[in-house]
Amino acid sequence: MERRSFLKMSAALSCVATVSGCNSSSKDVEVVPPTPPVAGEKLNWSACLVNCGSNCPVQVFSTDGVITRVESQFTTTDKYGDHDVRACPRGRSLRKRVYAPDRLKYPMKRVGPRGSGQFERISWDEALDLVAEKLQDTIYQYGNESIHFTYNSGARYHFSGKQCLYRLMNLKGGYLNAYGDYSWSQIYEAAGQTYGSAGPGWQGSSVSEMQNSDLVLMVGYNPSEIRMSGSGEAYDFLVQKQKHNFKTILIDPRYTDSAVGKEDQWLAIRPGTDAALFEALAYEWITTNTVNQAFLDKYCVGYDEKTMPAGIGYEESYKAYILDNATVGDSIPGVNAKTPEWAAAITGIEAHLIVELARELAAARAPFIQIAASLNRQAAGENNTRAGYMLPILLGQLGLPGTNCGGLCKGSSLHAPSMPTGSNPVKKAISFFTFTQAIEDGKNMTVLSDGVQGVDLDDEGDGKLGTDIKAIINYGGNALINQHSDVRKTEKLLQDEAKCEFILVVDNWMTPSAKFADILLPDVSWLESEDLVNQSYAAGDTASLVQMSTGVDPMFESRPIYEVCVDLARRMGVESEFTEGKSRKEWLDQFYAESKAATPELPAKEQMLTQGIYRKYLPNGGYIVLEDFRTDPDANPLGTPSGKIEIYSSRLAEKARTWKLKEGDVISALPKYVPTWEGYEDTETKKKYPLQLTGYHTKGRAHSSFHNVPWLREAVQDAVWMNPLDANKRGLSTGDKVHIFNDRGTIEVEVKVTPRIMVGVTALGQGAWFLPGGAVDKGGCLNVLTTQRTTPITKGNPQHTNLVEIRKV
Amino acid sequence: MSNNIQYGFHVDASKCTGCKTCQISCKDRKDLPVGINWRRVYEYGGGQWTEHGDGTVSQNVFAYYLSIACNHCSEPVCVKACPTGAMHKRREDGLVHVAADLCIGCESCARACPYDAPQIDKDRKVMTKCDGCFERLAEGKQPSCVESCPMRAIDFGPMDELKAKYPGAISPAVAPLPQSSVTTPNLLITPNRHSRPSGATDGEVLNYAEV
Repeated sequence: MERRSFLKMSAALSCVATVSGCNSSSKDVEVVPPTPPVAGEKLNWSACLVNCGSNCPVQVFSTDGVITRVESQFTTTDKYGDHDVRACPRGRSLRKRVYAPDRLKYPMKRVGPRGSGQFERISWDEALDLVAEKLQDTIYQYGNESIHFTYNSGARYHFSGKQCLYRLMNLKGGYLNAYGDYSWSQIYEAAGQTYGSAGPGWQGSSVSEMQNSDLVLMVGYNPSEIRMSGSGEAYDFLVQKQKHNFKTILIDPRYTDSAVGKEDQWLAIRPGTDAALFEALAYEWITTNTVNQAFLDKYCVGYDEKTMPAGIGYEESYKAYILDNATVGDSIPGVNAKTPEWAAAITGIEAHLIVELARELAAARAPFIQIAASLNRQAAGENNTRAGYMLPILLGQLGLPGTNCGGLCKGSSLHAPSMPTGSNPVKKAISFFTFTQAIEDGKNMTVLSDGVQGVDLDDEGDGKLGTDIKAIINYGGNALINQHSDVRKTEKLLQDEAKCEFILVVDNWMTPSAKFADILLPDVSWLESEDLVNQSYAAGDTASLVQMSTGVDPMFESRPIYEVCVDLARRMGVESEFTEGKSRKEWLDQFYAESKAATPELPAKEQMLTQGIYRKYLPNGGYIVLEDFRTDPDANPLGTPSGKIEIYSSRLAEKARTWKLKEGDVISALPKYVPTWEGYEDTETKKKYPLQLTGYHTKGRAHSSFHNVPWLREAVQDAVWMNPLDANKRGLSTGDKVHIFNDRGTIEVEVKVTPRIMVGVTALGQGAWFLPGGAVDKGGCLNVLTTQRTTPITKGNPQHTNLVEIRKV
Repeated sequence: MSNNIQYGFHVDASKCTGCKTCQISCKDRKDLPVGINWRRVYEYGGGQWTEHGDGTVSQNVFAYYLSIACNHCSEPVCVKACPTGAMHKRREDGLVHVAADLCIGCESCARACPYDAPQIDKDRKVMTKCDGCFERLAEGKQPSCVESCPMRAIDFGPMDELKAKYPGAISPAVAPLPQSSVTTPNLLITPNRHSRPSGATDGEVLNYAEV
C-alpha cells in the first residue's frame, strides 16, 4: 500500500502496512468448493462459539453451498434493552476463517518427527481404528488416569463439542481430571477463601448495577477489549456510563480502549503491584477512621481484635499488619506500615494520588469495584486478588445497590443444555497448568508440593499422583503448546515420544498444537453445524439463545465430533451407552425441548430456524452480588468455615504451615502484597531483563482463535507496546522489528511506541501462533517468554509476570 | 432527476472504542483484500511522561479513535483531480463513486484526497473506495459499517436529517483529519472529550500499521 495522505504527513514514522505474525498471506488461494449453477441466496443463522465469553449470532448468507457474507442485524428498533446482539470484527470475519487455507481437510497420521508438521492423509476408518486402539492400549498398559484432556475452549458447542469426548472416555473408565483454568484459577481460590465460593469472583454484580453507583473503580477491568462483542459488557458499560455519568477511575498498566474518553482518571500502575496500592488505601482508611467498623464487626473475620478466630491474637489481624503495630488500641504506625509513600515507590502512582483515591472511594455513596482477571494471572495471583477484595470489604460496600464485591461482572443467562458427560470414575486431578509436569514426572507429583487432588493421603498428609500422562486428547484447543507457558520447554517435552506416547488432536486448522498430533481429525466449523447455544458466560446484561443451522456442507472430509464419537464408541464397545439409542436429531430435539421448558417464551424450533435468536435483557433483573448475605448473614451464611467473609483465612493458615513451597512463594492467612520472582521488585533478574512484560487480550483474536484471519492481523497489529521513554533508551521507533527475550526464549515482533503504557512496562497481545524457525519464534507467541512455574496455592498460570529485554533486530 | 439529497455519515467519537467491526464488515461485504480498507479507524493520542526520583511517574496521556471512510464531499477534490471522469459525484444521492470502466488507475484521486478514501486495487489496476453501500440503501438498509457497529457509533443518512438528529455534532475539523474547508466533507462528528482540533501538535496517529 502506497497511499500517501495528509493524515500521514505529520508523522516522521515509517508506515508499515504489511501483516506480521501471520501464517497465511493474502496471496494464498482461497479454498472454494466447486460451484454448481446459481440457485439464489440462502440465509442461515449461526453463531460465533469462541471463548471470549459471548456467543454472538451471525447471519450467514450462502449461494450454492458457498458462504458469501456474514451479517448480524435482527431487530428493527435496536433500542437499548431491545438491541441487536452484534458480532465483533471476529464474528464478522468468519467467512475467511471457514475458508482459511490451513483448514484441516482429511484425517491425517503423523509421518515425520512429532511436531514437525509432517502428516499423510488416511481414511476415516483407518484413523478411527488407530485412535480406538491407542486409547484402549493406553488404558490397558497405564490405566485411565494416564489419559488427559488438555485445556480447550476454541469451540463452545452445546451438542457436538468436547462434551462428546468426555462422555466417551467416562464410559471407558475415565481420565485424569484437571481443575482450574488459564483465565480464572487464582480468582476461584481468592473468592473461595474470602467469600466461601468461587461465584463472587467471576459472578459479581451486573454491569447494570453501575447505574446505581457514583464511582466505578476499574482495576484492570477492560470490557472494550475483552468483552467487546455482541450485546456485551462493552456496550452495557458505555450506555450506563453515558446515561448516568458516574465517575470512572481506571487502574491499569495500559491506557486501554475502555478508557479513551470514558474514563475520568487513569492511574498507570506496574503489573503485579496492585496489592501494594490496595494496602495503602487500607492504611488511609484505617488511619482516618473511614473503614466501616460496624460492617467489619458483623460480617467479617480477621480485621481486628474483635473478630479474630479463637486462639489467634491481634498481632495476626489485618489492622495490625497494615499499621505494622501489634498493640491493640495503639494506632501509631510502625516502620513497615503500608503507607501511601511506601506504595507509591512500588506502584509508580504518586502518594498524593493514592491519598486522593482513598478519600474518593471512602466518600462515594456506592462505589462499584471490580478486580479484573489480569491480577490473578500473576506470580502472586491469589494474594493480588484477595488484596483487591479488601477494598469493598473495608468500606462495607458490598451487597448493596450500586456496589460489587470486587468480582467480574455476572452475565445474564438463558438455559441451553449440553451433551451430558456422565461422571468420571477417576477421582485424581491435577491443576490444568501442570500437565507438562505430569508428562515429565507425574509419578512424583504430590498434594503438598503440586496441589494434586483426589489421592489417598499418607501419614504426612501428603499423597502422590503416582502416574505419568501417557496420552493426550486435545479438542478445539491450542493449550497443548501455544497457550501454555514456556513453549520451547513444552516443545522439547512433546517431541519425546517415550514420554507422552499418543496425542490426538481434533480441530479445524493446522494450529501450532495440531502440529504435535499423532492423529489429526478434521472437525466441522461452527458455520457448518447445527446446535442450540446460549449467550455463554460473560455476555453482559443480555441473555440469548441462538438456533444454529447451516446452508453449507462440511468442508472436504470434516465431520462433527458427535458422529466421530459414535464411531469410536462402536469400536470401543460402548455405542449403545453413548447414544442411549438416540439419533442425532433426537438429541437435538430433546435439548430444544429442555430449553423451551426453562424458557417457555422460546418460540417453536421451526420459527427459531428463521428468527435465529431469542434474546432477553436482564431476564432475572439486575444482580447485586452477596445481597442475601448482606441482608441477613445468619440466614444466608457464606461457604467459609466461619460463614463470614474471611479476611483472615484459617484454611490458608493451615496450608501455609503444611504445604511445600518453592523459595519465594508465599501462602498467607491474610491477603498481602507479595514481591515476587520476575516482579517489579526482582532487582536481581532486572539487571539482565529490565522490562516488565504483560500479556493482554487483543481485539484481533480471542486467545489464539482467529489468528489465521489476515483481515484481523491487519486491523489489529501484533506489536509490543513500549513507552516513549523506554523506546528512546533503546533507539526504537514504531514499526522497528525487535527481539523480545529472556532465558526462556526469543520472539520477533514489531514495536509500537505509544504513550498509552506505563514506563518500564511492555505489553503484547497474547495468542499469536508460534512459528519456529531456529532459535527465534517469528510468530510472536508471547508464551515463548512465559514460565511454567506455578502460583503458590492453585498451581495456576502466572503468565503476566515476566521480565524481558527488547532489542532492535 | 436531481432531488438534491446529499447522504453522509455521523461518527460519535465519544462512543467509538476502536473495535474495527466497521472495517471488517465493510471488507466482508465487498471482499476487500488486505491492504484495501474502505473504512479505517484512526487512533490518535499523545501525552507526556515524567519520571520522578522516587519511583513514581506522572502523565497526561489521552487517546481517541476516529472511524473514517469516504466523506462523499460536497467539493470532492478526487473528482476534480480525476482526468477521465471515472471519479464522479452522483446527482441522486451525492455519493462519490468510481466508474471502473473509465478508471485508468493513475491514482490522481488518491493523491488529492486528504482522507485516504480512494485506494488502488493493484491487481485490477482500478481505483476503489467506499460507495455508501448504495445497493443496500436501495433495499432500505443502512451501510454495513453502520449496522455492524457494536457501539452504535456510526450513522448514515441525508445530511439535513443527520444534522437535526445530532444537534451537538460538529464538522470534522478534528485531528488527525484536515480542516473541513478543504473538501466540505459530508461527515458530522460528535467529539470525544479528548478530541483535538485539526492541526493539533500534541498528539499523533498511533496506528499507521492498521490504516
